[in-house]
Amino acid sequence: MSKIKSVEIKIGLEVHCQLTNLKTKLFCSCSSDYREKEPNTLICPICMGMPGTLPVLNEKALEDAIMVAIALNSKISERMLFFRKNYFYPDMPKNFQISQYDKAGGVPLALGGYIQINGKKVRIRRIQLEEDPGKLSYEGTIESSTYALVDYNRAGIALIEIVTEPDMETPKEARLFLEKLRSILEHLGISNGSLEGSMRCDANISLRGGKRVEIKNISSFKEVERALNFEITRQKSLIERGIAVGQETRHWDEVRRITISLRTKEEEQDYRYFPEPDLVPVIISKDQIKKIEQSMPELPDERRKRFIEQYHLSPQTAEILTHSKAMADFFEESAKLYDKPREISNWLTVEFLSYLHDRGIEIDELTLSPKHLVDMLKLIDEGIISRKMARSVLQDMLLTGKMPDAIVKEKGLEKILDREYVRRIVEKIFKENPQAVKDAIVDKKAINYLMGQLMKATEGKIDPKMAGEIIRERLSKLSKFATS
Amino acid sequence: MPSYIELPAYEIVKRIKDQELMAEDYIASLYERIKKVEKDIHAYITLTEDLALKKAREIDKKVKQREKTGRLCGVGIAIKDNICTRGIRTTCASHMLEDFVPPYDATVISRIKDEDGVIMGKANMDEFAMGSSTEFSYFGPTHNPWDLGRVPGGSSGGSAAAVASGMATLALGSDTGGSIRCPASFCSVVGLKPTYGLVSRFGLIAYANSLEQIGPITKDVRDCALLLSCIASHDPLDNTSVDRPQEDYTKYLIDDVDGMKLGVVKEFFGEGTQDSVEKGVLEAITKLEELGSDHQEISLKSLQYALPSYYIIAMSEASSNLARYDGLRYGYRIPNKSYDWSTVYSKNRRFGFGFEVKRRIILGTFALSTGYYDEYYLKAQKIRTLIKRDFDMAFKKFDVLIGPTMPILPFKIGEKVQDPLKMYMCDVDSVPANLAGIPSISIPCGFSKGLPIGFQIMAPPFREDLLLRVAFSFQKNFPVSAKLRSYE
Repeated sequence: MSKIKSVEIKIGLEVHCQLTNLKTKLFCSCSSDYREKEPNTLICPICMGMPGTLPVLNEKALEDAIMVAIALNSKISERMLFFRKNYFYPDMPKNFQISQYDKAGGVPLALGGYIQINGKKVRIRRIQLEEDPGKLSYEGTIESSTYALVDYNRAGIALIEIVTEPDMETPKEARLFLEKLRSILEHLGISNGSLEGSMRCDANISLRGGKRVEIKNISSFKEVERALNFEITRQKSLIERGIAVGQETRHWDEVRRITISLRTKEEEQDYRYFPEPDLVPVIISKDQIKKIEQSMPELPDERRKRFIEQYHLSPQTAEILTHSKAMADFFEESAKLYDKPREISNWLTVEFLSYLHDRGIEIDELTLSPKHLVDMLKLIDEGIISRKMARSVLQDMLLTGKMPDAIVKEKGLEKILDREYVRRIVEKIFKENPQAVKDAIVDKKAINYLMGQLMKATEGKIDPKMAGEIIRERLSKLSKFATS
Repeated sequence: MPSYIELPAYEIVKRIKDQELMAEDYIASLYERIKKVEKDIHAYITLTEDLALKKAREIDKKVKQREKTGRLCGVGIAIKDNICTRGIRTTCASHMLEDFVPPYDATVISRIKDEDGVIMGKANMDEFAMGSSTEFSYFGPTHNPWDLGRVPGGSSGGSAAAVASGMATLALGSDTGGSIRCPASFCSVVGLKPTYGLVSRFGLIAYANSLEQIGPITKDVRDCALLLSCIASHDPLDNTSVDRPQEDYTKYLIDDVDGMKLGVVKEFFGEGTQDSVEKGVLEAITKLEELGSDHQEISLKSLQYALPSYYIIAMSEASSNLARYDGLRYGYRIPNKSYDWSTVYSKNRRFGFGFEVKRRIILGTFALSTGYYDEYYLKAQKIRTLIKRDFDMAFKKFDVLIGPTMPILPFKIGEKVQDPLKMYMCDVDSVPANLAGIPSISIPCGFSKGLPIGFQIMAPPFREDLLLRVAFSFQKNFPVSAKLRSYE
């Protein structure tokens, strides 16, 4: 198998993010809180595209989108246009989508920009505002179902589409990009990435400068990585067999974990883009941008820098913590309650992260609060539990959400602090192991055996420092007798 | 036949407010007239007699109790059937929307209701406003009240015919490429297409959004100013509606054109203009000169491309606007069979739309397609810009521009239906105002062999005052007598 170096892989992403903090849809005043709602209850003549109705732009959506453009270092258009993207599909009430376009005289919200991931810049091509279509559901699968149901509650929800240049070279980079983007959107407070379907993405990938393959229907960041890995393997094997990779659109089948061809280049739809005549060009003034810029909350990159300065964290640690807003928030909440930030960051970046990663969840999905972690750290400080015990306490906390002192009590994990009690056990061990005691008197290293016995007898609940002290104390008494 | 069906709206309003006339009696007499002549003219698709009489009684009660009443107090109005009326079916003269009952009123309808206007019914039109003769209606053609064998013009033919035949005192039409002015001219009534953005389009079922406006069709210029004052105002529901203070246009009804400069557009007298039309319009210009205005010929070179540019833009927008009619959520639907969705869509659209509508959808789809977009749509938009520029230049020299509304007299029913190009050519003088977004009015200026001639006045954007002033002066000094016929 010939090796394809990572530099020969080019990955670009097209990300659709719902502006989930908006109260209403993009072009009408219907509620945008559509999740878990009775189908077709959050609709009106406008988002249903009924005859004679007209769209009116949600100003807040525009502000949010401008905020994203500023955060992604993009150039915001002074005069942006909406375009119609025409195609028939039952989830679209008007059979066209109000979107934006960067060709045929179209001017999207913003052009250019970048996101930095681990010091590398991934360039943004454009950012645009558009409406979400409705949702189709099938009985069973799309192939076997004899009918489809349409729910238009989602139709008209505000989306921003972010298109990158093909600057990513590995599937992992693509995932990191998406995570960073999510962190930025969450820091801006405009999108909650943990809501189902709030961030969706299409990926395109080409190998060795070959033809571009687009992969659609990817539901999560993890799936992006999987789909791209599959596609790399598929394309590599084609290349090895001397088969050219054709330009096409493929569909990611999450269940079978394969991509399936949807259509080739020749079958691509003609969307007949043209300017939306019902919406006048939107003029975005420098003042408006400035105003929004001034009201912007702290962004992940700024926060990372602050973490390094304020908490004296290493750049790597600060990067990991700010990669997710929930994680960064958890850290700062904890740091407010407990003034050893590096201790907190150690636990978060090691123990917490591996637990979260294994389960593919975010820290705010845990039943655990910063107080849990801080209380546990205080128990260590007070010598009540050892670090080693703390790990098992943490696992229990993660699973049950119980407070650490309760877990410690329940499981009898407290360290033995009573020196007299320990002395009595030592006395017993010395009696049972006379030879070992003799050895220890002459050879200091032989003390380890006695230590081991003590730990075993106390089930490790004893502070090793104290254990050593008491054994040596006893030995020194014996040696006095021996020499006298 | 009581004489008040011949009275203009401002007279009706005055009499009802003064309690000289009961709104109920007057509305009932309009329906009596409808019962007599509608079978010959067919101006309406839907009549709302019960609702109208109920509304009339409410108004009579208000008047009696000395409550405040609106500016259209009791006046019977015909509404073109592409303007949505809550609870009253709005068909667009299409099989597709034959049973469509909007759950909302167009903004203009709310305004009319606020002003105590009474809706008589929904007026016939060309399907989806695509046509110049009202022959392309799923419900059958409307006949010209002046010659039942001829067309009333279109696409607002029902609205104009209703006013011209005494079946409504006022009417609303919509004008995408002349659809108010053409039937106004053919039926010898007044029709005004306002400046783009002056009247809300919310609730107007779109044919070509960037071109069209709702406007009044009336017996005379005073009524036109009255109805315009009621419907023109900023509407937050229409993003293209312009935010400017509301006006009372009746204050511009000034009989004075002394010193006004009229530009006679050379291109409006081009090839295809009938001699009788040319003669009638030139006479009107001479009459205006008698009133003290000056006229001069002006050539707007870009106008030679106006017609193709108009049709490309209108059809392109239409192809997209009409995509929503797939039968899934409302509208015509084939009997339930197990087809996949795309087959259902094609069948619904195949049977739901008429021939002319399908022709325009197909042409518009073509014009927007990759590879043709630059050649057609973009080029048409460039011409549009040139036309706007030419008008801007012309309005630096002239207060208003004038010419015929239609190059020809009302033609015979069936004469042009088989020849779309001939039909499209009728719009040559009316489409420039839509492309430029400027206001334009058509007023009667006489008859030739019993058929009406209209002439057109155009003004710079939002200068409806100038149109009304010139039109009013003409009408006051040279009234065109148009007695109602009995058709018996």
